[in-house]
Amino acid sequence: MDDKTLIARRVALELCPGNLVNLGIGLPTLVAAMVPRDAGIFFQSENGIIGMQAVAEEGLEADDLTDAGGNPISALPGSATFDSAMSFGFIRGGHLDVTVLGGLQVDRLGRLANWMVPGVLVPGMGGAMDLVTGARRVIVAMTHTARGVRTEDRRGVYLAPHVTASRGSDRDGTCRH
Amino acid sequence: MTKTIRVANAVEAIPPGSTLMIGGFMGVGSPIRLIDELVRQGKNDLTIIANDTARPGVAIGKLIVARLVRRMITSHIGTNPETQRQMLAGGLEVELVPQGTLAERIRAGGHGLGGVLTPTGVGTTVEQGKRTLEIDGRIFLLEKPLRAEFALVNARRADHIGNLAYAMTARNFNPLIAMAADVVFAESQEIVPVGVLAPDDVMTPAVLVDFLIARERRNG
Repeated sequence: MDDKTLIARRVALELCPGNLVNLGIGLPTLVAAMVPRDAGIFFQSENGIIGMQAVAEEGLEADDLTDAGGNPISALPGSATFDSAMSFGFIRGGHLDVTVLGGLQVDRLGRLANWMVPGVLVPGMGGAMDLVTGARRVIVAMTHTARGVRTEDRRGVYLAPHVTASRGSDRDGTCRH
Repeated sequence: MTKTIRVANAVEAIPPGSTLMIGGFMGVGSPIRLIDELVRQGKNDLTIIANDTARPGVAIGKLIVARLVRRMITSHIGTNPETQRQMLAGGLEVELVPQGTLAERIRAGGHGLGGVLTPTGVGTTVEQGKRTLEIDGRIFLLEKPLRAEFALVNARRADHIGNLAYAMTARNFNPLIAMAADVVFAESQEIVPVGVLAPDDVMTPAVLVDFLIARERRNG
């Protein structure tokens, strides 16, 4: 088993029946495949759906049914779609149980930086700031050597990735039924 | 009175230098014919308010590649290296806004609100230059409303008077921007007679839609 699969399996153990869960792009996406279909866990994609699942087979993709990375997905029976304001209402309003995100750096307080390194990498925060601010639990899924992001400029000056939210990490691994 | 307009005539009504809201999320739910026509007519110096810039050559990414955009207000440009390149080179000004905040700023603009109070961004660089308010012991940022001169909306279905319905994840920002612009152009994958869309199925009522982009005649 490679490192990323191992991490995704460990994250999956944190998810509880009835949870509404948002998975970020990259390593966190692998978590969905580690959860049995009958586990009663609902995945939200912030572009506007609860109940996303993988496309069952090639050829069944729909142009208007995609994840937040623009990749084709499918939908479970009982899925719901909605606009971006409602989608982030779920996220900010305390309705999202767990967010699983990738990261550039995490500091000793558990604060996550995952949206920009000044002058080097400027993808933008997308939904990450709302997710880290609003989700009941924040799980950062990353290897300790995440794809070699340069954090020094040409003179060797350290460029700190910008923090995504002032909130620290959560340590509460129990399911509430 | 008919609302239909040919796509070329719609884009002729948009002056260079305009502020446009455009629907879509990574190109899904973006009005492709209107975007292609903006490129064909070379409407430049635009300010675009949209979730992302998709990929180079895809949807809003086409406007970036054609160098028609002077300023972007958006949440994410990571999937479009050309946007990042133009930004770092100084030719394109980019205001990065958290995605939920972007949605709420547009909603505020369309719903007559003076702004929104959000916890998102507190303690980060997003807070810089903004007012914070403490409400019941919690800190919020005051984020101002956004409006535009034009909204370019994509729908799954429109009826003849301009009632709109959206499909699955192609809805995203479309119903929000339809509320927040002076002039709303709606491009629909399908146009059906009045009555086919039931009142409960209408997501954007026709009163919000100024012009409906006419279908092109297809051969065969």
